[in-house]
Amino acid sequence: MAHVPAPRLRGTLRATAGALAGHKGRVLVTIVAIALGVALGYAVQLVNRVAVNEFGQAVQTLSGTADLAMRGPRGGFDEHLFGEIARLPEVAAASPIVEVEARIPGRDDALRVLGLDVFRAGLIQPGLVPEAAESLDTLRDDTIFLNAAAMDWLGARTGDLVPMQVGTQVIRLRVAGSVPAEGHAQPLAVMDIAGAQWRLARIGRLTRIEVRARPGADVAALERRVAAMLPPGVAVERPAAAIESTLRLSRAYRVNLNVLALVALFTGGLLVFSTQALTVVRRRPYLALLRVLGVTRGGLVGLLLVEASAIGAIGALAGLLGGYGLAQLVLEIVGPDLGSGFFRGLAARATFEAAPAALFFALGVATALFGSLAAASEAARTEPAQALRAGDEERAFGRLAPTAPGIGFIALGALLTAAPPVRGLPIFGYVAIACLLVGTILLIAHIARAAFRRMPVGRNPPARLAVLQLRGAPGQATVSLAAIVASVSLLVSMAIMVASFRQSLDAWLEHVLPADLYVRAGRTGDTAFLPPDVQQAIAALPGVRRVEFLRSERLLLDPERPQIVLLARAIDATTAPLRLPLVRSADLPAGGAPPAWVSEIAADVYGLAVGQEIVLPIAGRRVRFRVAGVWRDYARQQGAVVIERALYAELTGDRDANDAAIYLEPHASPDAVIRALRARIPGAAELETALPSEIRRRSLKIFDRTFAVTYALEAAALAIGLMSLSSSFGALVLARRREFGVLRHLGLTRTQVGAMLATEGAIVSALGLAVGTALGWVISLILIHVVNRQSFHWSMDLHVPWTSLAAFTATMLALASLTALVSGRQAMGAGVLRAVKEDW
Amino acid sequence: MLRIRALAKRYEGPRPRTVLAGIDFDLAAGEYVAVMGESGIGKSTLLNLIAGLDRPDAGSIELEGRDLARLDDDALTVLRRARMGFVFQAFHILPYLSVAENVALPLVLLGAAAGEGRARVDAMLSEVGLNGRAASRPSELSGGELQRVAIARALVHRPALVLADEPTGNLDPDSAAQVLALLRDAVKGNNGAAILVTHSRAAAATADRVYTLTAAGLRAGGARD
Repeated sequence: MAHVPAPRLRGTLRATAGALAGHKGRVLVTIVAIALGVALGYAVQLVNRVAVNEFGQAVQTLSGTADLAMRGPRGGFDEHLFGEIARLPEVAAASPIVEVEARIPGRDDALRVLGLDVFRAGLIQPGLVPEAAESLDTLRDDTIFLNAAAMDWLGARTGDLVPMQVGTQVIRLRVAGSVPAEGHAQPLAVMDIAGAQWRLARIGRLTRIEVRARPGADVAALERRVAAMLPPGVAVERPAAAIESTLRLSRAYRVNLNVLALVALFTGGLLVFSTQALTVVRRRPYLALLRVLGVTRGGLVGLLLVEASAIGAIGALAGLLGGYGLAQLVLEIVGPDLGSGFFRGLAARATFEAAPAALFFALGVATALFGSLAAASEAARTEPAQALRAGDEERAFGRLAPTAPGIGFIALGALLTAAPPVRGLPIFGYVAIACLLVGTILLIAHIARAAFRRMPVGRNPPARLAVLQLRGAPGQATVSLAAIVASVSLLVSMAIMVASFRQSLDAWLEHVLPADLYVRAGRTGDTAFLPPDVQQAIAALPGVRRVEFLRSERLLLDPERPQIVLLARAIDATTAPLRLPLVRSADLPAGGAPPAWVSEIAADVYGLAVGQEIVLPIAGRRVRFRVAGVWRDYARQQGAVVIERALYAELTGDRDANDAAIYLEPHASPDAVIRALRARIPGAAELETALPSEIRRRSLKIFDRTFAVTYALEAAALAIGLMSLSSSFGALVLARRREFGVLRHLGLTRTQVGAMLATEGAIVSALGLAVGTALGWVISLILIHVVNRQSFHWSMDLHVPWTSLAAFTATMLALASLTALVSGRQAMGAGVLRAVKEDW
Repeated sequence: MLRIRALAKRYEGPRPRTVLAGIDFDLAAGEYVAVMGESGIGKSTLLNLIAGLDRPDAGSIELEGRDLARLDDDALTVLRRARMGFVFQAFHILPYLSVAENVALPLVLLGAAAGEGRARVDAMLSEVGLNGRAASRPSELSGGELQRVAIARALVHRPALVLADEPTGNLDPDSAAQVLALLRDAVKGNNGAAILVTHSRAAAATADRVYTLTAAGLRAGGARD
């Protein structure tokens, strides 16, 4: 660029802009593709930031000015610990908390209730101190204070009674005022700690202790001292660590969405590549003329890159605006958790964020620059005399498809599939997919040439000419193939992955739901349970052959990770294969530690193998188990471990249950049993009953909702692919007007010209679909066996949705032929006849 | 063979203009005529009208007794395919086909049998002095050679009428002379008729008769006068 004097640069820029104006439609499609990628990426980023910010603020409100927080299992720990901690000389203030997810009858979501000592909370978490008209209300056991979100969610006002399910009974607490809890956007309730322990069945238990150190005290030393005092399963941490551990759970999901958005941008980059490749090749004589007139090689590259960056900048700006709007729309319709369920209940609006905006703007421009680099450098390398010759285009296209790097990328991609995750993220898995994509795209010209060479030339003139054209000039077609292969392969891979996941989920549900009827104390919250008398009553219902009860609890195995789910149920080595979808198991020697069956997620996250010992903090004790098997679990993303219920009851004294799996007598009807349940068991109105088929249907519905965002991104990738095809054909038809004119002179009818173009479109698309589908299948294997395993630790069985893929292929083929035909309508007009008068 | 009566063509637009008016013209089989005239006078328009690529505003054109006005676009295309051949100034050899494939194009469109077509293409290439270049790509040929390929393509299906629009406009004098001689011999050898549109007096001199197109119409006389 430095060698081109400024006035000349301006002049040549004006001229190149004029040349681009001749490709308005194509440039517009490219801008749209870049905008789409940037919009999706920026929107995902904005929504994620909203969710993370809101969640962080909520944690900040709950922790206040605390330096340390002690937390343990969901069921809590002994309250005596509080006295020991509070008496430490380094502790300035300590606030005990009982946190309960209370089930609200008739609601799908639970209400987070904090039992606080308001005097102590005032020292550390002033934002949680209730505002009561009658000050003594803050100490009563039948009063509750709601933040604005909870008031809104429950439709309650001061003085109203809020129902809560405890066990199978419903209690009612009076709303005695509000709680500011600024920054906590989710519904939140506060009540006196003693009242919460009593009314919500947590007597003698605490779930958290917040501590503020004395000024000047060594917080790290205090943390070590406190850690030494804690019973098994209780940990001390800095409040920020709680945010990190929860965000880690959703990080893989967020990263996957970001990668999907980047994929859209990548496809946009390919479109820039094909646009620039076609327009630069078409302008070769003009660019060569510039070189003859004194523009240096560097100057030429600079000119073309300025063009590309202008396209990228316009696309990126449009994308940022679109992304902001999209984020608002997603937040309103789907919510900030993007359908994943990680941040349920958060309600927020997106705000313009400069840093991600700058990042995605830069990404948009960089994509355009990278997309045009190959074409620009090819144009600069070519000797002007060569470029001024007619018929040089094919040679130029040939130089855009180097073989060795293509093979190198594919080999590197294959190698990277064996690489381990990086900080729990499948970074190398994604890089492997990118390598395979880039490698295939670099080789697509060679694949196309080989395919076109082997294609039979029929006698039908339009088809014969189409094949001969593709054989003689494969370069133009292969440039448009790149975006088709990319979008088809990504779509096919996602389709196979989602179908495999859905099929595996369906088979998993079939396995884990063997009973005839399920009864649950409450789908959400941890205040609902089935006490022993209710369990006996259920087992004694007419028509009930057998009942298996399940108790669930949450244990803290690692303070840096969310609590793991402990499932206590009737199970042993013989029944385990029937009860659990085992993927690995072993017969353990008799007389050793009792068996435990861990989910795949738990096995991966905590590095557990069959036969290995696992220590579980149960009832304040460290209890040794041996891993007897690893089972597939799609329900609990934080990991789960199954132990024998009798042993659990013996260790904890807890004989309550959360769920009941009911096996009926051969001729008993589920409806009759449900009616009997409602009639005979007190509080049964609050129990949730479901047939396995209902649970299955509901689960698959949630699955489909979760993947809704994925489907939207897939559709975007497909739209880009089709736009690419359309614009490529539009450009090709423009470039081949004289050819069509000659063919019309020689006796090809308009219909035959159309048929020739449609055949070319169909052949190119069929090749793109074939290569894209094959590549998509390979990518789906990486998604299933590398990305999903490393991100979510889920295994699944490969299931190719043949019918859907066949329908998709047929539709794409028809659309592509139609697109080629529509793009070529000007090839059938009178203009082409006049084009033969123009010079080549 | 070709009969034109009272032919007129006018172009509409911001600056409407009449390019052809009152054109009468007859051409018999075996005749090779040249049409001259200044730029923009309507020579190419006349060729397009004869080829059925454009419609006249008035008058009639009959080729071998068939009134072109009565034929729809497809019928005109089929007529052009079977009974006409074209030679262009810019050669218009399709770059993605070999020399033989380019020459065979009219036969392919007419559905000729492969064997017969190959023999005919070989014969034509030999006639225009390009035997041995059948498999060559257009980009490997000189301008003169490309125009020979165009002549072979124009005559390979033995058309009744060859329309040549400035066939030597892009060639040096020596090549032009060779191509003109070749075109004339090939047309005559085929017992076809040809209309050669040109600015070149030397080119027109190779024709049996020369016409000059003026604003007043088409009149006999030109280079040979």
